Amino acid sequence: MNTDLALQLGVQGVLLGGIYGLIAIGLSLIFGVMGVINFAHGQMMVMGMYISYWIFVLLGVDPYISLIVVAAAIFLLGYLIQSSVVNRILDYPEAMQVLPLVAVGLILENTVLLLWGPDHRSPQTSLSLETIWMGDVMVDVSRLIAFGLAIIITISIFIFLKKSNTGKCIRAAADNRMGAVLVGIKVNRINNISFALGAATTGAAGALLIPLMPLSPHLGHDFTLTAFVVVILGGMGNLIGALVGGLILGTAESLSTLILPATLKQVVSFSILVIIMLFRPQGLLGGKK
Amino acid sequence: MTRFYLFLASVLAVLLLLPLFLDKYELGIFVMIFFYAYLGQSWNVLTGYTGHISLGHALYIGIGAYTSTYLAQAFGLSPWIGMWVGALVAVVVAFCLGYLGFRFGLRGVYFVILTIAFAEITRLVVSHIAALGSFSGIFLDFKPSFSNFQFTGNIPYYYIALGFMIFSVIAVRLIETSKLGRFMVAIREDEDAAQALGVNAFKYNMIAIAISASMTSLAGTFYANYIFYIHPDSLFGMGLSIELILRPIIGGLGTIFGPVIGSFILTPLSEITRAYFAKGGLEGLHLIIYGILAILVVLFMPKGIIIYVKRVLNPILKLDEEN
Repeated sequence: MNTDLALQLGVQGVLLGGIYGLIAIGLSLIFGVMGVINFAHGQMMVMGMYISYWIFVLLGVDPYISLIVVAAAIFLLGYLIQSSVVNRILDYPEAMQVLPLVAVGLILENTVLLLWGPDHRSPQTSLSLETIWMGDVMVDVSRLIAFGLAIIITISIFIFLKKSNTGKCIRAAADNRMGAVLVGIKVNRINNISFALGAATTGAAGALLIPLMPLSPHLGHDFTLTAFVVVILGGMGNLIGALVGGLILGTAESLSTLILPATLKQVVSFSILVIIMLFRPQGLLGGKK
Repeated sequence: MTRFYLFLASVLAVLLLLPLFLDKYELGIFVMIFFYAYLGQSWNVLTGYTGHISLGHALYIGIGAYTSTYLAQAFGLSPWIGMWVGALVAVVVAFCLGYLGFRFGLRGVYFVILTIAFAEITRLVVSHIAALGSFSGIFLDFKPSFSNFQFTGNIPYYYIALGFMIFSVIAVRLIETSKLGRFMVAIREDEDAAQALGVNAFKYNMIAIAISASMTSLAGTFYANYIFYIHPDSLFGMGLSIELILRPIIGGLGTIFGPVIGSFILTPLSEITRAYFAKGGLEGLHLIIYGILAILVVLFMPKGIIIYVKRVLNPILKLDEEN
C-alpha cells in the first residue's frame, strides 16, 4: 500500500472530519437539551448550502464571507421549527416524535428541489482549486479553511455554553429539565435557542462544504445518517464526543477509499455503527441517558 | 358487534364488485391503496404494537423484490415460491438487526438509526452487485402467466392486492387478541415493567420484527411483478420507508383499521396530486403537502383519524360494546 497516498487521504479525512464534527455537534446539542432526534438535520445543512450558493451566484459573495448570514438564516429556520412544531411534541411517545421531524426534512428537501431544481451544481469559488504542499502532502486550501473555521465555530460554541448566561441556561436545561424550570429558566425559550443554535451550526457546515462537493437537493439523507453515526460514536449529547467522533469517522471514510470504491464509503460508517452498538452502545466518551 | 361485521362484509362486497365499474387507471389507484394499507399494516405489527420505530422498512420490500426476481431470472423459479424465500431472507436480516437493537434494550433513537443504517447500506451494497443489476436495477421480462405472477391488465393485481390487505387485517386481528399481542403491547407501554412481570421482552421483540419483516417482504415480490422494474434507490430508499409509515400514523398507530383508513385517505390524494403537480413542472410539491399534512395530523390528532371515523360510525354500528 502506498504510504504517501494513505497519508494524503488521512489528512483529507481529518479535515473533512472537522466539518462532520460541526454537523454532529448541532445534532448532539439538540438531543442533549430536548431528547429529540433531529431527523431534518442533513436537510437543514443542504438548505444552508443552497442559501450560501444563492448568495454566491447572485451577489458574488464568497461562501466563507456569507457564512454568518447563512448561519443566521438557518438559526431563524431552526427557531421557527422548534417553536411551531418541536415544542409541541416533546411529551409525545417516541414513535410520534419521529414523524414530524422526518416530515420537516421532507418539506425542506422538496422546497430545495422546487426552488433550485434537481441538477447537481458545483460553483467555482475563488479558492476552490488552490492547493498547497505540506511536506509530501497536498492539501486543498478550501478544505484547510473549512476545517479551521469549523474548529473556530466549535470552540466558540463551547465558550458560549460555558460562559454566557444563555449558555448556562442551556446546560442547566440539558442537565435537569425540571430543576431548570424550578429556578425560573424559561425552558421553552431555551429550547428554541438550542434548536436554532444546533441548526445554525449545521447550516454553517453546509456553507463550508460548498467548495468541496457538488450541491444536490438529495444530499440531506446521507449527512443526517453520517451525523447520527458520529453522535453515537462519540456518545449521545456529548459535544466533545461529537467532535472526536467526526474526526474519527472522516478519517476512516477517507482511508477506506484505499480498498473500497468511493461510493461504498458509507459502508465503513455503518460498520463502525454496528461495532459501537455491539461493544459500547453509550459511545466512546459516554453519553447522556 | 354484529352490525360491525355486517358493515365489513358489505364494504368487502363493494370492493369485490368494484373492478366491474373501473378503468385501468382507477384500478391502479386501488391496487396502490391496498398495497400501502398492507405495508402499513406490516409496519404496524412492529411499531404500532411493540413501539420500536423502524424507519428502514423499505429494506424488506427490497429484499422481497430482489430475491424473488433474482430467483426467477437466474433459476426460473416462480415468484409464488420465490416470495417465501424472500420472506426467509428478510427474517434472517431482521434477526441480525433485532439482535443488535434489542439485546441492550436499545429503545427509540438507537433502534431508529439502526434500521435506517441497515436499509441504506443494503441499498449501497446492492447498487454494487452486478448480478443484481447494479445502479441501474433490473427490468423484469414480461411473460404473463399465473405461475410467473404477471398478468395483463390490472384486475388480477387488484384481487391479489385486496387479498394481501385482507390477510394483513386478519393477521393483525389474530395477533392483537392473542397472548403474543398482549405481551407486545406490554412491552410498548413499559418494557422494564413487562420484563419484571416475566415477559421475555427480547424474545417477543424478535418475534414481532420477524413477522413484520416477512409480511413486508411478500409485498416486495408483488411490487416487483406489478411495476416490472426494480431499482435500488426506489426499493431500499428512505423515500419508500417514509411513504409507508405515513399511512398507519395518520390513520391510527397500533390499531387494526388505522393503516387501512390512512391508506384509503392518503394514497388517492398522493396519486392525484403527484400527477397534477408533475404536469405543471412542480415535482416535489406533493411531498411538501404530504409533510405539512403529516405534521398537522401528529400535532392535532395524535391518535389518528380512526378516532373520528369511529365517532362518526358509532351511532350506526354500535362499536362501543366491545371494540
